[in-house]
Amino acid sequence: MKKIVFLLLAVLCVSFLSGCEDKNKEGGKTAEKRKAEGVTGDALVISTLGDASGLIYNITSDSASHEVSQYIYNGLVKFDKNLNIIGDLAESWEISDDSKTITFKLKKNVKWHDGEPFTADDVEFTYKFMIDNSTPTSYDADFRLVTGFQVIDPYTVRISYAEPFAPALLSWSMAVIPKHLLEGKEAAKSSLMRSPVGTGMYRFKEWKSGESITLEANEDYFDGRPNLDRLIFRIIPDLNTTFMELLNGSVDIMGLTPTQWVKQTDTALFTNSYDKYTYLAPSYAYIGYNMKNPLFEDKRIRQALTYATPKQEIIDGILFGEGVPAHGPYKPGTLWYNDNVKKYEYSPEKAKQLLAEAGWADSDGDGILDKDGKQFSFTLMTNQGNSVRTKIAETVQQNWSKIGIKVEIRVLEWASFINEYIDKGKFDAVVMGWNIVQDPDPYDVWHSSKCGPKMLNFICYSNPEVDQLIDDGRHTMNPQERKKYYDRFQEILAEDQPYTFLYVPNALVALSKRFREVDPAPAGITYNLEEWYVPAGEQKYRFEK
Amino acid sequence: MLRYIAKRLAGMIPLFIGITLISFVVIHLAPGDPAQFIASMNPKLSETAYQKFVKMYELDKPVLERYINWLGKFARFDFGESFSQDGKTVMEKIKERLPVTIWLNVAGMVLIFLFALPLGVLSAYYKDSLFDKGVTVFVFAGFAMPTFWLALLCMYYFGVVKGWFPISGLRSFNYDYLSTFGKIADIAKHTFMPVVISVFGGLAGISRFARNSMLDVLKEEYVTAARARGLNESRVVFTHALKNALLPVVTIIGLSVPGLIGGSVIFESIFSIPGMGQLFYQSVMMRDYPVVMGVLVIGAMLTLAGNLIADIAYAAVDPRIRYGSKKSN
Repeated sequence: MKKIVFLLLAVLCVSFLSGCEDKNKEGGKTAEKRKAEGVTGDALVISTLGDASGLIYNITSDSASHEVSQYIYNGLVKFDKNLNIIGDLAESWEISDDSKTITFKLKKNVKWHDGEPFTADDVEFTYKFMIDNSTPTSYDADFRLVTGFQVIDPYTVRISYAEPFAPALLSWSMAVIPKHLLEGKEAAKSSLMRSPVGTGMYRFKEWKSGESITLEANEDYFDGRPNLDRLIFRIIPDLNTTFMELLNGSVDIMGLTPTQWVKQTDTALFTNSYDKYTYLAPSYAYIGYNMKNPLFEDKRIRQALTYATPKQEIIDGILFGEGVPAHGPYKPGTLWYNDNVKKYEYSPEKAKQLLAEAGWADSDGDGILDKDGKQFSFTLMTNQGNSVRTKIAETVQQNWSKIGIKVEIRVLEWASFINEYIDKGKFDAVVMGWNIVQDPDPYDVWHSSKCGPKMLNFICYSNPEVDQLIDDGRHTMNPQERKKYYDRFQEILAEDQPYTFLYVPNALVALSKRFREVDPAPAGITYNLEEWYVPAGEQKYRFEK
Repeated sequence: MLRYIAKRLAGMIPLFIGITLISFVVIHLAPGDPAQFIASMNPKLSETAYQKFVKMYELDKPVLERYINWLGKFARFDFGESFSQDGKTVMEKIKERLPVTIWLNVAGMVLIFLFALPLGVLSAYYKDSLFDKGVTVFVFAGFAMPTFWLALLCMYYFGVVKGWFPISGLRSFNYDYLSTFGKIADIAKHTFMPVVISVFGGLAGISRFARNSMLDVLKEEYVTAARARGLNESRVVFTHALKNALLPVVTIIGLSVPGLIGGSVIFESIFSIPGMGQLFYQSVMMRDYPVVMGVLVIGAMLTLAGNLIADIAYAAVDPRIRYGSKKSN
């Protein structure tokens, strides 16, 4: 149905717009630097699909809440544009020789939005808050590994771990929250959920429930005031509506769907006002095989299934070409990615050969492989509400039938899918996706100890060598040293094929042309939001101070 | 009459308990629970934290015990707290959403009656004429057309191309700085498209109902008699026929009371209206049991009340119906 709507709309676009004159201004993207005068002002209007549930970063877990509150708080560390870890509230840090202790020196000129100074006590409070059993946070795991927390002076903290823990440094990118406002209070019911106080570059201004959340520039931000006066988050639950609002100019930035990107944004109305940016998104799609199912025990079977999966056809047909084939769990172009692994180009012949080696043949001539009187057939499951995954399932169903494998597709509502099938291990194969998180530690998804209900290695992949590599990588702080373990880990994974890695999609962003200093990088596009500005003549919104 | 009302009210109590018990059990039968939504696919959640959420939401207690607790609280008009992380009470959440939904639904319903009744009555009077057939096609086109599709087309044409109406939302950014008159105009502008589209979709039901009812009445003997007495046509139609034809409409109004607090999820999403439909849908998806129960209970109470009011109103307008009096024999 959606498709039909858009075909129709595309037709409408053409007929309505052909009358419009082409008022294309000279391409405005000169690299003119931030000037002192007239460069602040204006607002960026961002759309979110849902309303935030609250604005204390640490105890919310929905993406809308995090999208808004990331501008209100700071962590001790953060990423730069190339995903290197740099200081945020921390001036510098030292890691002890045994890699078990991190000492952070904090910045001294930082103030909370209410004017109180930020000190080490706030960091200690945040740590205690995260591990407190009455705190409803879902990000406590890393903080529970801390064995000692010491405030050395108001601007120095020392944190120790029982053994070296590589993701430790990055775990301190968690938002630091104000002790003086939250101590002894029940955070979830605190007024800070609705009107937060942080140290970040934007401060809270207004929240109209279900409609919009507005932040305004923090004049006293320790790293200099951001150029844009306001960030306005509009809650628009429907992507088609968001796109209309974008065309109408009432939303400035939006992640497009591949259809919108390819088919609906080549009109003058669009290109006059918007630039399109694309970069690899931090996620990948895969088909996972239940390793406890005897059908998938033999790695030749899994390799055969990967050989028979047309990754490029999936990317071209379903994503309109907006993605790259995936061969492992890391994002191409990042430090951790190992390109030197076994790759499986589409080849039904090789697949057939491997299946024959494993003893599968079509002995009764019905077109389906069999072995010991059993047919090669299984169920491929995925969750409802993600049409891309359903289309992937249909594509591989068709391709696998060509090599004599019968696949049935089941699409299930998310909760029952996870609860009744994934958690109980009652599945053959699934089409799913993972976000690629910044820290490369694959422990939760690939370590054999993480096979069990409510754990992420739900396919129960188990390889002692991989376990060892993951453990070693986890205890190595030096990135170059650590990379060696993960390179080998990726090689083994490529050989074992517990997943058929499908693709890493492109992020497709449309952004109003009036914003300057926009520079997509591995970290995404909004990582340098504080530097964005709108030249005085093009500013759209004006605010009274 | 009073005895009748008291009896009906007393009869509602077991009915109400039945409704809530079934609702409560059914929503707990759905797979998944709120703690699992927070836990699933999140490596940063420790096992202790998961147990903490289970305890917090009282998921470790049997369903019946939780129902009795809920009922006890409800008897004190306490709907409890939402499970979502914003820590609001159920009442607060509903209060936030209710005015918008009621405003849209009341505006829609008034307009539907305003247009559908004359359309239906006239269709009946001019039965099988070109007018009648045209109206039939028109109202059924509205009924059959998917609202989200029509909404998108209208948004594109009237919003993006013509710029006459805002595309979505309830208010403009500068709403707070507008004069009172400006505020009213702003809200009216924002509500225009959603209301018109929902009215277009809702015309069919009422207008068909009015048409059939009017057709039945026009065949009655007292209409023939009125005509025979030489009354002019407008008196026959408006005074004698219409009054009786509209009696069943009273029932419809009574029955649509619970509909006033319900919203359509698709419709509200398309127009970015933070109404009851979205609240209910999101609560169901997140297994936010207290909010789901809160919305269901209000719906159940309004349904029961609507039925009662319709019955009472019937007695008031229809002389043939009397409750609780046996004087006639």
